[in-house]
Amino acid sequence: MKKRITIDPITRLEGHGKIEIFLDDRGDVEKAYFQVPELRGFEVFSVGRPAEEMPRITPKICGVCPTTHHICSTKALDDLFKVEPPPAAKKLRELMYSAFMLEDHNLHFFFLGGPDFVVGPSAPPAERNILGVIAKVGLEIAGKVIKLRRECRDVITLMGGRVIHPVCGLPGGMSKPLAEDDRLKIVGVAKNGVEFAQFALKIFDDVVLKNKEYVDLVLGDTYKHTTYYMGMVDKNNKVNFYDGDVRVVTPEGKEFARFRPGEYLNHIAERVEPWSYMKFPYLKNVGWKGFVDGKDSGVYRVAPLARLNVADGMATPLAQAEYERMFTTLGGKPAHNTLAFHWARLVEALYAAERMLELAQDKGITDPHIRNIPTAIPDEGIGIVEAPRGTLIHHYKTDKNGIITEANLIVATVNNAAAICMSIEKAARGLIKGGKVSDGLLNMVEMAFRAYDPCFACATHTLPGKMALSVQIRNSNGDIMQTISRE
Amino acid sequence: MAKPKVAFYWCASCGGCEEAVVDLAENILKVVEAVEFVLWPVAMDFKIKDVEALQDGEIAVSFINGSIRTREQEHIAKLLRKKSGLVVAFGACAHIGGTPGLANFSNREIIFDYVYQKSPSLDNPNKIFPQEKTTVKEGELTLPKFYNTVFTLDQVIDVDYYLPGCAPPPDLIMNAVEAILTGNLPPKGTVLAPDKSLCDTCKRKITKPEKAVIKQFRRVHEVLLDPEKCFLDQGIICLGPATRDGCGERCINANMPCRGCFGSTSRVEDQGAKFLSALASIIDADSEEEIKKITDSIADPAGIFYFYSLPASMLRRKFRTEL
Repeated sequence: MKKRITIDPITRLEGHGKIEIFLDDRGDVEKAYFQVPELRGFEVFSVGRPAEEMPRITPKICGVCPTTHHICSTKALDDLFKVEPPPAAKKLRELMYSAFMLEDHNLHFFFLGGPDFVVGPSAPPAERNILGVIAKVGLEIAGKVIKLRRECRDVITLMGGRVIHPVCGLPGGMSKPLAEDDRLKIVGVAKNGVEFAQFALKIFDDVVLKNKEYVDLVLGDTYKHTTYYMGMVDKNNKVNFYDGDVRVVTPEGKEFARFRPGEYLNHIAERVEPWSYMKFPYLKNVGWKGFVDGKDSGVYRVAPLARLNVADGMATPLAQAEYERMFTTLGGKPAHNTLAFHWARLVEALYAAERMLELAQDKGITDPHIRNIPTAIPDEGIGIVEAPRGTLIHHYKTDKNGIITEANLIVATVNNAAAICMSIEKAARGLIKGGKVSDGLLNMVEMAFRAYDPCFACATHTLPGKMALSVQIRNSNGDIMQTISRE
Repeated sequence: MAKPKVAFYWCASCGGCEEAVVDLAENILKVVEAVEFVLWPVAMDFKIKDVEALQDGEIAVSFINGSIRTREQEHIAKLLRKKSGLVVAFGACAHIGGTPGLANFSNREIIFDYVYQKSPSLDNPNKIFPQEKTTVKEGELTLPKFYNTVFTLDQVIDVDYYLPGCAPPPDLIMNAVEAILTGNLPPKGTVLAPDKSLCDTCKRKITKPEKAVIKQFRRVHEVLLDPEKCFLDQGIICLGPATRDGCGERCINANMPCRGCFGSTSRVEDQGAKFLSALASIIDADSEEEIKKITDSIADPAGIFYFYSLPASMLRRKFRTEL
């Protein structure tokens, strides 16, 4: 008798994400579907708007990563209006962006992904959350996390006016210069950030790497997919969040493509499935073979581990040392272990902090020349940045007056859409045999996609806490046979 | 005495309102101490069935953010209304529709057509659209209905109070929570923010044009922005005159004009219309022709004047279509 499991993630992704797992006659997993039941249509209501308002419109896609959309949109406007920002403006943008990456990556590790490791994947579910982390690591450390978050967000507010939906980006520059006393303050925040990021890696070391059970979990097959990877690199092939070329590597780690933002349509295409509002991008030059991994499938992954896989290293010394240590432990590059996204995220947070410090220590950043007024007639512009959750693409077309006539957005998590479905299916397969569902399934499935720090349609992004799942096992008539809930 | 039960829920939103609560920082601990959360998907592990199991009115207050765009969101808003003594529309999207409310210039068909048929990165040879019901070989999959229209929360359920802003600032959130906990509440329907216009407290007020002086409007990217002078005096559209105060002039602090996320004061029915009337008084023209020339220099007036409030406006939406 065929069975069906509905995993309805009713917290954190409430109403915005749903998993359906179908079992075959033997009770093994036949197929899993991950559905995103939401859409808001930003591409469409951007049409008719003045292009320069896009950095204020598109952050509303996501209130957790508004800085990402703001900066990406601003870069698309530079391209659209064919105007180069003065050096100080570029530094200001990257400084603000580095503060954001540092804050966001740590938020994920301590509040979201961390509990599975710090408290433990098999710990009582009631403790597997931020409160459990605090209980384990102590209030003093929790205080450090809160302080880091607040300080980084104050830096963004200082520059962007507001941290939730900043407003400072303009084509060809920024709206407000940085004062010298503010620069000095930011140096202090960045120094604290570097220290904190090293400390977070130390926690990862102590908690995960010194525990054989966890290391086995990270290296095991349940959380492994051999896919292509995509991420942005600078001219030396080092990870860069703000600017550079997009590089793609094969599952063996060889460079498959390297392209400028303006060429993305030659490389990426998106599939539509009738059962989800989210689209499924794939590598055009490999082809869509469905939800499978391997060299012949165009499925690729983005976000921290992907970025580290595509790059030849990190541009700052402390992060570079951590990068080398990570790949040595994982057995070389590229690493296909989905749970290693957590580790890569912390290496990136250290890079963000070091980069933030470099930029804040650059006295040129207070240069009041922060705007070049565009003079060209706008027509088309494309901007790409690396969001915490992967490559983000904004593509606008306008009439000669700079009024948007077309907008295409490929949002970070969407790049991982197919891989997330596959990861969920694989974790379920590893756990569900003969129709028996264990309590552990709930968290194991959760861990399979939590590693991506998913931000579905950027509208349903996850925040502090954990996702509760209820699993219903139904027979082919739809009658509930068994319900397992994690309280 | 039992702690009052509180729910915090998101509909069609971006997560920024949840971040705003986390940004209460140390104050969040005070709130957590004083109340009992029964639903807060972003931070806590409660289920809709737990809410369904509550008595009607058992939740003291539900804070709901986001607009209403799908049937599922409408369903949960109605459930929370039934179970709650008070409902607070939290943030611009629940209050006045928010920027995603600009989607009311289009409808479902236009959105689906672009997103799933015309977008340049698509590979959709079989012209597939997401369906409310899909039969796959293993069984049936469902998605909630996507409405033609973006609704404010009070267009779907009865709302007691409004916390404005995109997102609401921490001080107003704390004031609202304290007012509710102490029962020190203003009349039903009140927007929990100062009832005056943004210009009243703006640092640049002194240079605000008092008479007709504007010969031409400019766009923010076209000119260097004077960090001291009123934006309107610079010919830059700033929604300050039509917008409620209370945000702390955060956009102006970044040297960018207001786009109206707080909505209007209680004396104004329609924020865009109010702005239009404010604008009319500062345009310096002698003939109809000249008026037209000046107003033509405003890019996308409908989109800018209703940047946050289209679903709450008298116009509400462009197309007369079914739900």
